[in-house]
Amino acid sequence: MTQYEAVIGLEVHVELKTNTKIFCNCTTAFGGEPNHHTCPVCLGLPGTLPVLNKKVVEYAVRAGLALNCEIAGFSKFDRKNYYYPDLPKNYQVSQFDLPIARRGYVEIEVAGQTKRIGIHHIHMEEDAGKLVHQGNIMTTPYSLVDYNRGGMPLIEIVSEPDIRSPEEARAYVEKLRAIIQYTGVSDCRMEEGSLRCDVNISVRPKGQQEFGTKTEIKNLNSFRALQRAAAYEMERQIKVLESGGKIIQETRTWDEDKGITVSMRSKEEAHDYRYFPDPDLVPVVLDQQWIEFIKDSLPELPDQRRRRYVEQYGLPEYDAGILTLTKEMSDYFEETIGYYDKPKVISNWMMGEMSRLLNLSGTDITACKIKPRQLAELIKLIDQGTISGKIAKVVFEEMFASGKDPATIVQEKGLVQISDEGAIASVVEEVIAANPKSVEDYKAGKEKAIGFLVGQVMKATKGKANPDMVNKLLREKLQ
Amino acid sequence: MELYQLTAHRLHAMLVKKEVSAAEITKAVFQRIDQVEDKVKSYITLTREQAETQAAEVDKKLAAGEAIGPLEGIPLALKDNLCTEGILTTCASKMLENFVPPYTATAVQKLYDANLVLVGKTNMDEFAMGSSTETSNFHLTHNPWDIERVPGGSSGGSASAVAAGQAIVSLGTDTGGSIRQPAAYCGVVGMKPTYGAVSRYGAVPFASSLDQIGPITKDVTDMAYMLNAICGHDPLDSTSANLQHPDFTKYLVNDIKGLKIGVPKEYLAEGIDAQVKNCIKEAITKLTELGAHVEETSLPHTDYAMPTYYLLATAEASSNLARYDGVSYGFRAADAEDVVDMFKRSRSQGFGDEVKLRIMLGTYSLSAGYYDAYYLKALKVRTLIKQDFDQALEKFDLLLGPTSPSTAFKIGELIHDPIQMYLQDICTIPVNLAGLPAISLPCGLVNNLPVGLQLIGKAFDEGTLLRVAYTFEQNTEYHRLRPEL
Ligand SMILES: [Zn+2]
Repeated sequence: MTQYEAVIGLEVHVELKTNTKIFCNCTTAFGGEPNHHTCPVCLGLPGTLPVLNKKVVEYAVRAGLALNCEIAGFSKFDRKNYYYPDLPKNYQVSQFDLPIARRGYVEIEVAGQTKRIGIHHIHMEEDAGKLVHQGNIMTTPYSLVDYNRGGMPLIEIVSEPDIRSPEEARAYVEKLRAIIQYTGVSDCRMEEGSLRCDVNISVRPKGQQEFGTKTEIKNLNSFRALQRAAAYEMERQIKVLESGGKIIQETRTWDEDKGITVSMRSKEEAHDYRYFPDPDLVPVVLDQQWIEFIKDSLPELPDQRRRRYVEQYGLPEYDAGILTLTKEMSDYFEETIGYYDKPKVISNWMMGEMSRLLNLSGTDITACKIKPRQLAELIKLIDQGTISGKIAKVVFEEMFASGKDPATIVQEKGLVQISDEGAIASVVEEVIAANPKSVEDYKAGKEKAIGFLVGQVMKATKGKANPDMVNKLLREKLQ
Repeated sequence: MELYQLTAHRLHAMLVKKEVSAAEITKAVFQRIDQVEDKVKSYITLTREQAETQAAEVDKKLAAGEAIGPLEGIPLALKDNLCTEGILTTCASKMLENFVPPYTATAVQKLYDANLVLVGKTNMDEFAMGSSTETSNFHLTHNPWDIERVPGGSSGGSASAVAAGQAIVSLGTDTGGSIRQPAAYCGVVGMKPTYGAVSRYGAVPFASSLDQIGPITKDVTDMAYMLNAICGHDPLDSTSANLQHPDFTKYLVNDIKGLKIGVPKEYLAEGIDAQVKNCIKEAITKLTELGAHVEETSLPHTDYAMPTYYLLATAEASSNLARYDGVSYGFRAADAEDVVDMFKRSRSQGFGDEVKLRIMLGTYSLSAGYYDAYYLKALKVRTLIKQDFDQALEKFDLLLGPTSPSTAFKIGELIHDPIQMYLQDICTIPVNLAGLPAISLPCGLVNNLPVGLQLIGKAFDEGTLLRVAYTFEQNTEYHRLRPEL
């Protein structure tokens, strides 16, 4: 059977978190009453003119530099002409042949291998508004238009077709998001649409040089959707080819519920955007010194930070990779270290219990009720012997639910560890008396039996007995 | 002379001396409108109430003994593609027949700030596309010199209003000659300033890289005051030049000794009416007598200006006019089946033929496969045309020629002959492609129809044009001629 590989290129739209829109002074705040974040300019009313927000250029340059791009000293804006009710001017101001940044790359790790994915270019553009359909798009009696998002500043990051699998696609976008977040130019919140991606995908027999016919899957707004859609589309295309069919170049959408991609329109109906230079905007001419200045002001980026975690904190590569995947996660980590310098222990808690509970609750670390200071205090309580590691998990869950300080929870629930030898010794004696069989087994050399007896002591003390002490006393008594 | 026949600077002198009040001037102009508007039809919308209020404000200032600026209380007409907050702005199109903008064009705001009195919004070719004001969705405008004839276009209403005394000054827009050509046909002074000298904010665009707002006045002195009022950088228009403009009245000097004037031979070639040519030659003789050195020169790429202009202007127009889709303002056709059908019907019913023709031309030339052959090539030729001017203006202080190859033609005469119609702008179009300033001023009559003399200057050197125009005016009588109505 033929082995296939995918050829994937991604177009990632990132909304920049400037205070005002790209060509007017309207706020970029998320939400708001429909059409309240608008003015004659972003509504495209006749005679109004765009004036470029300098901050957008700065942010685009910052992102470009963080993604190892060359920044264009001269770039310009073009009009991309097409009709859609959410597009007030029926053209989108974008950049076509002279974008702000080109020829960058990011490095991803998949299955222990590091791979470089090329970035073809990054361009700036304005976002469109949004349509609110009354029911299904095909049968809606009418649709409403909300232009709040119209004119929001975007950068579009277009990759080279260097990606070979859905896993790589996901890793690429995750890395991209991490880097952009670190630069501070965007929140990259997929759920709010501030990071969206389109996937261009084709398949070919492994070893073949030329590309197959590609399809485009539009508007994927979660990592899961991205990976699943790419995997589905890859399989679909392979099946078509295997059965002797041909791939049609077309645009498809991802149906999350059914887990399939669906055809939207074929190439025949594809747009001719009739790009031409926007005569209302002057070219963007950048000073090399200014670009250098921005370069120097770039913060530590994920890869640098990951290396530092390995070197400075002695963390395993794996831990360092996970912790630096989002800026929030690594900022949290570092803040916690500031309170209590136990990197590996903190990392264990974050990658273990914390990730588990965040996943369960479907939230991310920004919504976590446990503050770094509190996590540090919890670990201190364990180190001081106030609570056992086992109790600590109970306390952690409670902290996660209520946001209370660990000491408060320990006190309220009476979870302080019993380290009183006398108190533990009497429980040990009770357990020995109640379990003659296990005592016999232990004396017969079955080391395992001691574990059971420890467990019984812990059970009797509701987990509060100091486990080291229990072990020590048990062995002494059974001598 | 009647009040409505006077210039702004003359009326200003009378206001200051309390020989007349702003209210009286306004009243005189509206009476004139009542008297002749049926014949001329310069306006789409009249703003009597606003005018009376504004005039009263000026009179209040005068009564309080306050000093007033040179244009305060002067009746003003605005081409109906200049946005006026709270006042209908139609572009003479069905598409915008109900459009009341919530903002005011910067140039208009500057005139409001200078306390001019808004009389109304003038008729024009639909979306400024045309050379005769015959493509208006509302009605024809007639040339005050001969009501059988067109006033020129597309600022025909603004030119005829000033010529007929229905306003003292006005603003038009000039994309390929739309201020200068109607000014020439109507025997008034019209200027297209350097591209970027006046903010385009609030001027409904036809072709953004060519459009420019400019004044139409009765004489050169009024022109200088109007330029003082409207020129300057606007943070709302990034293509507006960030330059300090001079006081243009300083150029109102009766002296052109030693100035070098070039006459491009292409502007007096075949196709230019012989009698128009005669008027231009007489003007040349006059200027020579007054001390200028006039010499023939050449703008070799002039022949390519027309096709270049129509490629670029229509390409930009096709994109600029895409926003009229019936979705959120303006005309929306009834009975659409779905959103695409609504777009189609609204645009089919909302636009007139000339506009549709140009949108289609522009869409075609920007299409994949044609872009390089048409749009891109036109951009390159535009550069050559610019270079022609640069070279000529290195040698000369300014260039001179006719504004239009003929005098005003008869209504309906060219409407079905687009090429002949387009040729009316042959002398003005190259100037827009080069982004240069140019002025048209009356320099004679042919069969009792005015002839326009065009002066073309270096970028941002409106001053020299004013100086030559002023000198010509001071030594001739053409600017005193008024049509009989
Ligand atoms: Zn806005």
